[in-house]
Amino acid sequence: MNPQLPIVDLLETLRLMLPELFLFLWALVVITVDLFSSRKNDSLVGYTALAGIVITGVLLTIAGDGVAFGAMFVNDPFSFAFKIIFLGTAFMAVGSSFGITKQKIQNHRGEFYGLILFSTVGMMFLASSHELVSLYIGLELTTIPLFVLAAFYKDDKMSVESGIKYFVIGAFSSAMLLYGFSFLYGMTGTTNLGQMSFNLAANHIAHQSSGFVMIIANVTILAGIGFKLSLPPFHQWAPDVYEGAPTPVAAFLSVGSKAAGLVAFTKIFLIGLWGYISIEMTPSDWGLMVGVMSAVAMIIGNIVAIRQTNIKRMLAYSSIAQAGYIMIGMIALNEHGISSVVFYTFVYLFANMGAFACVTIFEDKTGTTEIANYKGLAQTSPFFAALLAIFMLSLAGIPPLGGFMAKYKVFAAGINQASAFNVDWLYWLVGVGLLTSVFSLYYYVNVIKQMYFTKDASIYKMTFNPPVLTVLIICFVGIMVTGIYPEPVFEFANKVYSTFAFSILK
Amino acid sequence: MTEHAYLIVLLPLFSFLTIVFALRWKEQVSAVFSVGMIATSLIMSIMVLIETLGHQGDYYAAAFSIVELGAFKLQLGMLIDPLTAMMLVVVTSIGTCVEIYSIGYMKDDPRFSRFFAYLSLFLFSMLGLVISDNFFMTFIFWELVGLTSYLLIGFWFEKKSAADACKKAFLTTRVGDLGFIVGLLMIMYYCGTFNYAEVFTMIGAGAVPSGIVTILAIGVFCGAVGKSAQFPLHAWLPDAMEGPTPVSAIVHSATMVAAGVYLVARTMSIFIASAEASMVVAVIGIATSLMAATIALVQVDIKRILAYSTISQLGYMIMALGLYGVDTANGHHSPGFYAGTFHLMTHAFFKSLLFMGAGSVIHAVHTNDIMEMGGLWKKMKYTAPVFLIGSLSIAGFPLTSGFFSKDEIVATTFGHPVFTVLTLLIAFMTAFYMWRLCFLTFFGEPRVAHRYEHAHESPNTMTYPLFFLAFMAIFAGWTGIPALKHGFASFVAHGEGYVPHADWVNYIVSSIVGLSGIGLAYLMYIKKSISADKIAEKFKPLYNLFWNKWYFDEIYQAAIIDPIMTFGRWMWTFDGKIIDGAVNGMATLTMWWADVKMWIDKWIIDGAVNGAGFIVRMAGSVLKYLQTGRMQFYLILSMILVIVMILLKFEIAHINIEWPSMTVIFIIAVLALSIASRFVSEDANQESENEK
Repeated sequence: MNPQLPIVDLLETLRLMLPELFLFLWALVVITVDLFSSRKNDSLVGYTALAGIVITGVLLTIAGDGVAFGAMFVNDPFSFAFKIIFLGTAFMAVGSSFGITKQKIQNHRGEFYGLILFSTVGMMFLASSHELVSLYIGLELTTIPLFVLAAFYKDDKMSVESGIKYFVIGAFSSAMLLYGFSFLYGMTGTTNLGQMSFNLAANHIAHQSSGFVMIIANVTILAGIGFKLSLPPFHQWAPDVYEGAPTPVAAFLSVGSKAAGLVAFTKIFLIGLWGYISIEMTPSDWGLMVGVMSAVAMIIGNIVAIRQTNIKRMLAYSSIAQAGYIMIGMIALNEHGISSVVFYTFVYLFANMGAFACVTIFEDKTGTTEIANYKGLAQTSPFFAALLAIFMLSLAGIPPLGGFMAKYKVFAAGINQASAFNVDWLYWLVGVGLLTSVFSLYYYVNVIKQMYFTKDASIYKMTFNPPVLTVLIICFVGIMVTGIYPEPVFEFANKVYSTFAFSILK
Repeated sequence: MTEHAYLIVLLPLFSFLTIVFALRWKEQVSAVFSVGMIATSLIMSIMVLIETLGHQGDYYAAAFSIVELGAFKLQLGMLIDPLTAMMLVVVTSIGTCVEIYSIGYMKDDPRFSRFFAYLSLFLFSMLGLVISDNFFMTFIFWELVGLTSYLLIGFWFEKKSAADACKKAFLTTRVGDLGFIVGLLMIMYYCGTFNYAEVFTMIGAGAVPSGIVTILAIGVFCGAVGKSAQFPLHAWLPDAMEGPTPVSAIVHSATMVAAGVYLVARTMSIFIASAEASMVVAVIGIATSLMAATIALVQVDIKRILAYSTISQLGYMIMALGLYGVDTANGHHSPGFYAGTFHLMTHAFFKSLLFMGAGSVIHAVHTNDIMEMGGLWKKMKYTAPVFLIGSLSIAGFPLTSGFFSKDEIVATTFGHPVFTVLTLLIAFMTAFYMWRLCFLTFFGEPRVAHRYEHAHESPNTMTYPLFFLAFMAIFAGWTGIPALKHGFASFVAHGEGYVPHADWVNYIVSSIVGLSGIGLAYLMYIKKSISADKIAEKFKPLYNLFWNKWYFDEIYQAAIIDPIMTFGRWMWTFDGKIIDGAVNGMATLTMWWADVKMWIDKWIIDGAVNGAGFIVRMAGSVLKYLQTGRMQFYLILSMILVIVMILLKFEIAHINIEWPSMTVIFIIAVLALSIASRFVSEDANQESENEK
């Protein structure tokens, strides 16, 4: 890189990074506003945070595509898509937090919202990073605020437990990840992912093998990211943490943190190590390994969720299973694969955030998260019940909702790759996906059954504050649009593919 | 407005969803809401009609893809041409009337809201069917219409007859749909698209072999045969009268059964390309019409007479469209297309009027048997006159709607003498049986005293819609008077082509036919100068044939249902023993597996927390360090698995591993980790105790 960067180029560079910089500053503003606002004025801070997210969204469209800081920071359709998803997650998490900031955490509103925004900044940096170190920093900036957020109910044992647990596990996974990174750096002498892919290929051709170091690097990185994605066998923390954490934080974790994991996975494996998926590249391939993890995720997630009685634990297992579905799209390394991942995450954002928003409303009102307490809600709160039912059906993948289209895309991508390259185990993987999505109907519909098919009316009646209502409506519209008229989102998702390395070779 | 015509379709869907999810428990609100939605649709439909009238000859088309699979697209789209605009208004106006009528008719029904939800869903499906611009979308809505018809016929599913009837309707129409699917697949195969305009262009240009066109057209027509209750799939419609009367009025007289006719009219371009297929259509139409009319002559159930009358009239329309196809294919000029669609419209109005009138009568006397009625004219000041207007119209009394449309159908048949004679014969029979019905119901002496005693006029919500329909039953047909140079005829034909064909001779002949039918009924049932019983005696075999509906139900029972049932029972045994066994076995296995997983999760994974975590136990401290022990366990398990994965990969990669020493190292590593974790936990515990 030219050490004497002309001032114009610097401005150009800053323009690319504008949304992140703005959001970072805004998070400080949010904390400051809390200092100067009255305790009784319980929603000012929240609205400030929401406004910041919306403005960042606008800035994002201005920022445009480009490369900065010697390819450490890249804006392309892929990063744009995921930044939209991250901002959406943050918006919905903040939007559904108004209830708890009113009741439980009156004294730390600024910190609460500020930390959510910091974490979002981390995710956005992550989406733009194209290099191991900045990627790692992005990931850390994402997770460290989340440790605090998970433990935000200071007086609640469950919450504190959840926070400390998440912290230790997060630290452990970061260590694994760094360990793997160090091997990669050692092998290739670069941290740039594009260059790394090239060096690895050259190395492989020169020695006709990548050796055992590559295996260790693969497995440890996979374990590190597996924790973030809560892919088995690195999933056990998820239900405990989700259950203890404040519900909007659990929602943020289940979508935002997971999407961040997906981004990291995509960056490292699909860009840096993309040559190592195929079985011909054995022993360094990672495809089968991820495939097995994905299958186990779908099986464990869906089957254990059946017996859950707590809706947050149920959603935690459901999110483990959903991660399994997304990974099918990851393994299908073709033009359908990556676009199906983007599309799936997009739909999952609406369905899961919507479901969690409903759970938050219910918890704020009643203080409980047991599924049995949802009995008869359809009669007292028809609107609430209808929305929650739609979110559940979308998660289960029932047409014409978005969840169906998303599952269809992912499975189609898998089958496509399987038939194109004659990969037998990929057929089996899609088969497992189809079978387990039938199981999943059981526990999703169970919630609907509780709400609709009981004789007695519920004793509770749900009320909505404006922000959470907005969140619910956005989620509803998002699911409907992606289900009934997904073509525009498809088109965008297809554009994402064109920025990937392997697309150039085809 | 035309470009926003999709709203007409979506409003009833919105109403359906709102009622099902939100308003189900508030009955009156549900009803008012759904009436409001369909009334809005009606207003928009009228606006669309006016705009379409404004620029004759053009049509509006818009579509977007829901799924694109390479070159093949599945699209949702709308095609607004005069035919569509006309059907939209017919469906929404009758829909509005029926919904208002239902408020009175369905009062006190335990599933009141659900009825309106179903009606809304039906209207959504029907409007979607009307507006669609391709075969694929038509088929979706076609099936939706079938489904809602099933739900509505079986609305009172506690009644066994209703439950049977809805099954019969669903299965019988499905037979026709099978043919329809074959037609669709052929279109897909030979044309590569489902879009109406594209398919018609290709067939018009001769891109598809003519033999194929014939088969394809007959396939599509099969769908129409099922939906429009044409011979030989007509048997379901009379049974469908077990549903609530408003359902009969909208689904089984004016809209759904007309969908078959509409489909033939919409795909007329295919039939024009094949004279053979058109001839099949015409023959089926006239045969159905004749058969149904003869059955209607002798029935005594008021709704069944109307049902057979509907079948007969639909046969009329189908025949007119078929003859149009034949004539056009042979290069002759024919008013058949105009006649068929025109009769479709007028019939919709007067037949729904008759059904709702009949519903009002049934509401009053609580029986369907016209032999137990009589003299109701005095009791029902509103229903009786409007019912008579409807009857005049269907009998083709001069200057009513039915008169003009029926004359056009007669005019269509002029090139085919056999058809002309039969058409006039059917017209005569129609006039006779309708007026037999009227005379027995409204005039003469009451035959069953207690029925007559507590007969009463129906509430306003039921009578007001009747007035509107009565108005339409007279005047809707005036849009086709020959004096109007650009009336209905040139409208549906995109402004070009033909003017009405019926001339004075035609008018006079059919007036005489209609009036003589009414006259015969008068002589037999009022003057009693001709004894109905004696005629029945004299033509005993024929009477029995008609009375038993040409034995169609019996034939189907013996030839199709019994063998299938026998086979079905056998399959049932097979199913119950083997398939169910397997399925239940799978389910049990899944549940058992879930239990196993649950057990693992609870005792092995969460085990540490419950005092059973085996690593912690191995380390020697069990219950004390529950909270911390659990997390260490997660990490140790993960660590072990990472090592296992690496070792496995090594094995796959044929990298030499000394397994014995590796195992020893592994065990030592696990132990070391466990012990380390124990110390960590103790430290942590110590610290937390210190804090206290």
